[in-house]
Amino acid sequence: MHDNIIETKNLTKTFTDGDKQTTVLKGVDMSIKRGEFVAIIGRSGAGKSTLLYQISLLDTPTFGEIFINGIDIHNLTEEERIDFRLNNLGYVFQDYALLPDLTAVENVALPLLMQGYTRDEAYKRAAEVLDQVGLEGKYENIPAKLSGGQQQRVSIARGLAHKPSILFADEPTANLDIESSLLVLKIFKEIHSRGQTIVMVTHEAEYANTADRVIEMKDGIIS
Amino acid sequence: MERNKVTNKKIHNFKIGFFLAYRQLKHASIWTTSLIVMVMMLTFLNLVVVNGILVGLIQSSIQASEERYSGNVIVSTLRQKSIIENSAEIQKVLSNLPNVTDVIPRVLAGGSVKSDYNRLLKEGETPNQAGANISGILPSNEDKATGLSKYVIDGAYLDDNDRDGVLIGAFLVNELTPIDAVGFSQLREVKVGDRVKITVGENSREMYIRGFLRSKIDNIDSRVIMIQPELRKLIGRSDTNVSEIAVKLTPGSTELDALRVKEILSANGYDFDAKIQTATEAQPKFLKDMKDLFGLLGTLMGSIGLVVASITVFIVIFVNTLTRRKFIGILKGIGISSKSIEYSYIIQSAFYAIVGALLGMLVLYGFLVPFIDAHPINFPFSDGILYAPLGGTMWRVLALFVTTIIAGYIPARMIVNKNTLDSILGR
Repeated sequence: MHDNIIETKNLTKTFTDGDKQTTVLKGVDMSIKRGEFVAIIGRSGAGKSTLLYQISLLDTPTFGEIFINGIDIHNLTEEERIDFRLNNLGYVFQDYALLPDLTAVENVALPLLMQGYTRDEAYKRAAEVLDQVGLEGKYENIPAKLSGGQQQRVSIARGLAHKPSILFADEPTANLDIESSLLVLKIFKEIHSRGQTIVMVTHEAEYANTADRVIEMKDGIIS
Repeated sequence: MERNKVTNKKIHNFKIGFFLAYRQLKHASIWTTSLIVMVMMLTFLNLVVVNGILVGLIQSSIQASEERYSGNVIVSTLRQKSIIENSAEIQKVLSNLPNVTDVIPRVLAGGSVKSDYNRLLKEGETPNQAGANISGILPSNEDKATGLSKYVIDGAYLDDNDRDGVLIGAFLVNELTPIDAVGFSQLREVKVGDRVKITVGENSREMYIRGFLRSKIDNIDSRVIMIQPELRKLIGRSDTNVSEIAVKLTPGSTELDALRVKEILSANGYDFDAKIQTATEAQPKFLKDMKDLFGLLGTLMGSIGLVVASITVFIVIFVNTLTRRKFIGILKGIGISSKSIEYSYIIQSAFYAIVGALLGMLVLYGFLVPFIDAHPINFPFSDGILYAPLGGTMWRVLALFVTTIIAGYIPARMIVNKNTLDSILGR
């Protein structure tokens, strides 16, 4: 087992818009240890979210290398990347990104069903994780019937239910009030205390201090 | 082993697709779902009804000809003959066949009908007369079998003993069917009760118009009809032979049953005495050509309808899929396979197609077909029905189903193939 769960080498991302090219990541070398809680901070446009998208396999870098669990993810096909995300990674998005047609428990159970769990097993596990994030009794609510904070907790539960190696969180508190934000951070601390690797992007230094380590991005490089 | 794994993966992807599709449909706006299903239903009806009416125009004409004139089998004279030899024997054989319900003998002769014949013609005036087939029938027998009396549009039907009365077909009367063609003459200004002169060869006799007939069958509407004994007298025949025998079989009989009757008559050697044809064989060539042409037109219009339907369904499902682009991105993001996502849209499309087609069939067979059967569309040459046999309808259901599946699959595939992050962020 590799000590570094994430490792990047010369990670570069350039966006092209017509003739105009903008390099957002400029050769980032970075490593994150297994079980670490890392916060990536920086000002708007610093490249923190872009970095998260590359290392979480939601986007592909222009060049450079990414190793997750020692696996070079560069050579994975699109379907292999989807499968890799399903079995190794969890996500918490800024806008929760829940599926509006599914109830809370269905949203959480869906990745488990995809992994091959039976319906009963998946729903049981989903209920357990929803309980862990304080959503007992909200299983059958669709997202529209939940508050922002509750939706974000469903999102966290979905990100954790299939026991991923790494949980990625992109500005998880950006749309929440202080009370809900603190609750989300409390949940992150709890799950991290049980050994979960967490990579969180935030623009709020105060919340970043919850993490073990803070990586600050500035103009596409780690400062 | 590997193959089994692949099959299992396909089944697994389908199950996840079904899970997603079911929930999307369950939580979709009732108005959106109703609109899509309505589009499907109307598309289906467009495919079936346009074709059905076109083919129904000719089909009703064929059915009416069988009902009102030819029956399922028609026995007629050989070329150059005016009567069927051994007519009585043939009728007896036919009457003894188990599935024969009616045997309708008719005597035919070429002749003319003349009105207003006692007045001297003015200079340049043409005689008030028409060339006609003179038909001798047994009125009650004919009416029982063909319902001929229903087509009397003015006056009364013939009595079995009406020795002086005739029925005149609508084609022979200018006021009923105006035909302005060189060499074709019609009776003018005739009415029920008028005296007319019927001429066959050298023989003539005066008779009275009892009524006028319009059956929308040329063979009936171009005839002058009288009772059989009177026509025999007029043409000077004392035998019992006839010129035409229409044979009706039990309701629901098929062309195969008619062919069997024909074979029995042929086996008895009657094909040397008469021309024996099933109703289908006896159809005029133009009618067969028209049926083929209308069928082709219907198929052509149906095909255009199917293309329009494909585009409509594609747009509807494309818009529906496009609005869900973000969620497709999220699904891919959390590890749901592309195939599962595609299946979910295919299943939704299939649902719209099946429900639309089922509703369409309900409207078609529950309302349109029985209603148009009861109230045929009044076309000049036939009573238009909606011809929609279940077999043909099922092919159209299949066509709509396949089209819808493809129309659902393509936009889903297009969006699934987009960059995951772009879909999530709506870029």
